[in-house]
Amino acid sequence: MEVLIFLGLLLLGFFAGRRAEQRHFASIQQRERQTAAVPVLNVRASQDLPPAEYACLFVGSVVIAGDYYKLITGLLAGVVGGAIPGYESLMERGRREAILRMKEAAIAWGATQVLNVRMETASLNSNQSNSGTFSVEVIAYGTGIKGAVPARIPPSIHQ
Amino acid sequence: MTTLEGVPNKVIVQHLGMVQGSTVRAKHFGRDFMAGLKNIVGGELTEYTELLQDARAEATQRMGRQALALGANAVVNIRFSTSSVAAGAAELFIYGTAVRVE
Repeated sequence: MEVLIFLGLLLLGFFAGRRAEQRHFASIQQRERQTAAVPVLNVRASQDLPPAEYACLFVGSVVIAGDYYKLITGLLAGVVGGAIPGYESLMERGRREAILRMKEAAIAWGATQVLNVRMETASLNSNQSNSGTFSVEVIAYGTGIKGAVPARIPPSIHQ
Repeated sequence: MTTLEGVPNKVIVQHLGMVQGSTVRAKHFGRDFMAGLKNIVGGELTEYTELLQDARAEATQRMGRQALALGANAVVNIRFSTSSVAAGAAELFIYGTAVRVE
């Protein structure tokens, strides 16, 4: 009986998880195309700040959970070592989703660029070893800028 | 508030030092139960996303109040950080440099 429940959960996790993942990736790709016009860049401290009138902090965050199938394959991979593709795709979904949410918030405000984006990842797993959960929080934050400042006319050499 | 080293179109006239805000939040039992169910099929845990967003907004506010108390009108070079301090509880932490700009 217990084996049946286990297999049932495994299959449910595999199919439902895969479906959710495919949908999520489709949504991410579509929204990434929609927001592609607003560039996200990291500028160095030595570079001049781009001209802008307004700047505002934007944060995008998402908590994403793995399914039962990923959890089991993850545990197995923990024995033999090596990459865990299930978790890799989970992290990728989380990161791209967090960046998108940040960008969407910035675009709603009217940003023309998002600068100095930083990312943070935190594991929300319980400290109890076999609580049977795997979830991570990913946040992306950056500064949206808007409002072009009229360029200063450089002083002419020839008077 | 910005993650940049300065504020565009403004000049930093005074550095007022580092400011920070943090909050420690514990998980909610009901939410945790729902999250456990969600862990079978996978996907986003909306309850947790909201919980952490609220907590982060509060930490940001606390930092803002600290900056205002110092007489700052901007906070630059902002960074976020998260750490788990105890089982089922997390600290959300935000810090930056308070400055006066003109």
